[in-house]
Amino acid sequence: MSDFFTKTDLSRKDAENIISETLNNCDDGELYLENSKSESIVLDDDKIKSSSYSSDLGYGLRAVTGEVVAYSHSNEISRNSLKQSANNLSSTLKSQKGIYNHEIPKTNEKLYKDINPIDEKSLESKLELLKKVNSYTRAKGGIVQQVTASFAGEYKSIEIIRSGGEVLTDVRPLIRFNVSVMLEKNGKKETGVYGIGGRQSYDEYLKDDNWKNVCDEAFRIASVNLDSKPAPAGEMKVVLGSGWPAILIHEAIGHGLEGDFNRKKTSAFHNLMGQRVASEGVTIIDDGTLHNRRGSLTIDDEGTPTEKTVLIENGILKNFMQDRLNARLMNTRSTGSGRRESYKHVVLPRMRNTMMMNGKYSQEEMIKSVDKGIFAVSFGGGQVDITSGKFVFNCTEAYEIINGKIGSPIKGATLIGDGPSILKEVSLVGNNMMLDPGIGTCGKAGQGVPVGVAQPSILIDKMTVGGTQL
Amino acid sequence: MVKDQEYLKKKASFCIDLAKKLGATESSAAVMHSISETVNYRNKKLDESDRSDSLAISLTTYIGKKKSSITSSNLNDDNIETLIERCIETTKITPEDEYNSLPDKELLADKINDLNLYDDDHIENDEKIEYLKEAEEAALQKKEIINTETGFTESKSNFILANSDGFINGYKSSSFSASCVAVAKDANDKMERDYEFTSTCHLQDMIRPQQIGSVAAKKTIQKLNPKKIESEKISIIFDRRISKGILGVLANAISASSIARGTSFLKGKIDEEIFSSSINIYDKPDIVKGLGSRYFDSEGVKTEELKLVDCGVLKHYLVDTYNGKKLNLKSNGRSGGTSNLFFEKGSVSYRELLKLNKRVLYITETIGHGSNLVTGDYSVGANGFMIEDGIFKYPVSEITIAGNFKDIFKNITLADDLEFKYSTNAPTILIEGMVVAGK
Repeated sequence: MSDFFTKTDLSRKDAENIISETLNNCDDGELYLENSKSESIVLDDDKIKSSSYSSDLGYGLRAVTGEVVAYSHSNEISRNSLKQSANNLSSTLKSQKGIYNHEIPKTNEKLYKDINPIDEKSLESKLELLKKVNSYTRAKGGIVQQVTASFAGEYKSIEIIRSGGEVLTDVRPLIRFNVSVMLEKNGKKETGVYGIGGRQSYDEYLKDDNWKNVCDEAFRIASVNLDSKPAPAGEMKVVLGSGWPAILIHEAIGHGLEGDFNRKKTSAFHNLMGQRVASEGVTIIDDGTLHNRRGSLTIDDEGTPTEKTVLIENGILKNFMQDRLNARLMNTRSTGSGRRESYKHVVLPRMRNTMMMNGKYSQEEMIKSVDKGIFAVSFGGGQVDITSGKFVFNCTEAYEIINGKIGSPIKGATLIGDGPSILKEVSLVGNNMMLDPGIGTCGKAGQGVPVGVAQPSILIDKMTVGGTQL
Repeated sequence: MVKDQEYLKKKASFCIDLAKKLGATESSAAVMHSISETVNYRNKKLDESDRSDSLAISLTTYIGKKKSSITSSNLNDDNIETLIERCIETTKITPEDEYNSLPDKELLADKINDLNLYDDDHIENDEKIEYLKEAEEAALQKKEIINTETGFTESKSNFILANSDGFINGYKSSSFSASCVAVAKDANDKMERDYEFTSTCHLQDMIRPQQIGSVAAKKTIQKLNPKKIESEKISIIFDRRISKGILGVLANAISASSIARGTSFLKGKIDEEIFSSSINIYDKPDIVKGLGSRYFDSEGVKTEELKLVDCGVLKHYLVDTYNGKKLNLKSNGRSGGTSNLFFEKGSVSYRELLKLNKRVLYITETIGHGSNLVTGDYSVGANGFMIEDGIFKYPVSEITIAGNFKDIFKNITLADDLEFKYSTNAPTILIEGMVVAGK
């Protein structure tokens, strides 16, 4: 844990006084302090391309009254700086009055260890491992043209001080290991990317040579794409594989169920609470409490313990994801979904680990039921327009399905759909639910936060595939 | 107030000197400070104020051909000292890379002609609010508009870049931007959203709020009641919001890093015709008040105007020091990418362009990241309008457009309506023969 009040003329007592004075007439707010360290080591083109280390320190002071948020942040933790922030907040909120709400539930459970993953493994051993990754992957044959492998580690220690001196803290480790491979055969080039990660030490992920699985998988995806033919264009049946393809759920449904868009009535879901938004058998939750997962948090960035929030139960819309501000304005409670990228950012309701729960069908049954369609196994990024509900995502590994059988691999194509109606097109839910490997970052309002997804295989009756073959 | 040059120079020199003392053979440092103030307004009420004060330092140290770097926002001398020690230790055990080096001394920027990139004007939050109110009022004049969100950001920044070859230079810049997002609802409760914005170096150059508001409202209402169309091969037009994206793809594909790694579909295409012969593309760093203007690149190398594509033929990659050495090319001052990148305008008017085809799909928005730079394959979600005989017929949504950039580049016709609203700018573009997937 970090002590934010050494090496500064600002004492904890001073800070508490400034916070209490500033937030006196407000509904909510806090001082958020953050100390983070991160490293990135990249091997590319047979060389260590970069090794960098970053150390970041700063605070964000927030006051909330009614619907108004006043925020000021700085990386100078000092009396003067904090006072200037306090003045800035007071001038924004000059005529607004609120009643301070102290209540924050408490938790004793920690969902990950207080470790700094960067210092737990020596730089030499990380460099050594990247070299092994490079030679192992290149040894797969002359078609390997390029290998990029990287480690990214982060340690983030946060402290939240609320009016009256209430203090909440959390220490969050996060690591990621990634391999990208480019192959060339007969003049055709394709890439494959795979990665793993979570809130643990490197060694817990990379034991027993399991880094080889990551290289194998990146190589396999690129190889499949070398034999791919142009993708079809138009509406057809789509079978989505289990695990990472759940970013469909994240884009199509998840963002639209975040509290802010619904309070502001700009989400296509804002008037659908209690109504059927998905086929029977479809249950979706957003869970921040899974141990060591990339999207998990012991407490959110307002100090609220995270929870398992049921969003859609058997097809019916049950809950939105809430931070304190939107929960208060919508007369409900925070679901522990208030997150921020860093002290430089305001809190927004965000997803954690978004998961579709198991149904009863096997993937084979789904594929067998399709005359003409595609089987999408892995995806790159996705995006959604909250208001119209239209969302897209890009296949990075997909196959055609003809007469109930998996056929040739097809080139990366974009799939497009409509959020509020897509889950009504889900006709079969699989029994093979799987978590993603721990690689997701979600972007919203310019803030990136780590998230997870999970789902079983699903069959979607109608979706538009953006290929080139009519 | 942003910190002055003296303060930043002192910090940068401290780093360079200390790195040398601790054993670095070469080093470079950048110190940046920025202050920005944002006010957000929503449905004619204050929504959010945000003040950001951000100081950061980055340092790269070399020991021979070994290299490592650190960044920090904690500028206490103690902390910097600890970090530089760590950086040097890391440098020592990082393997050598023969291409690691500071830029060639003779390429470093020496003289600077003022491009007027800094405006000292300050606009108080209350005045920002006045601007936003006017913008929202203009948008809400239209009865279909049910929701408006506006924001105004003023930011000032200053930086110094220094290296152990004696380069030490930097400059202030300013930015003022405002935007209005409008949401409209149709008779079936279906919503659409669109926006308008202005972003300038100088306060006085901002577009008036009424215009921002009314354009946002108009664009939003136009999108109501969209249709999904059948899948077909059809010519499409990219609105200026989208057309600049083609230049973005080009810039990524001709960056020396993609070329050196062999991961670009344009590798080895220098002196080959990659666009139709009427196309000229420039990257011009010295536009007065230009949103992408700069005096030197992120390594301190001087930047000059480049004609990247001349009559359809690719003439330059975008070269930085490291990848330049790999490719045996001199840096052309493009470490950190392009500056003001643009297509020379075409010869057809916007109206004429709409009429070149009997039916054409006019795209105003794409979603998703469907550009594959290795293969040139392109597939994204889109919405826009169907145009028949030059007339906007109906809005279209939930479709995808797909093709390959190698073909797209050769099949484009440019209108003559180039304007400089972003750092990368293109006129309206007609592209023949793309595949649209819909129903």
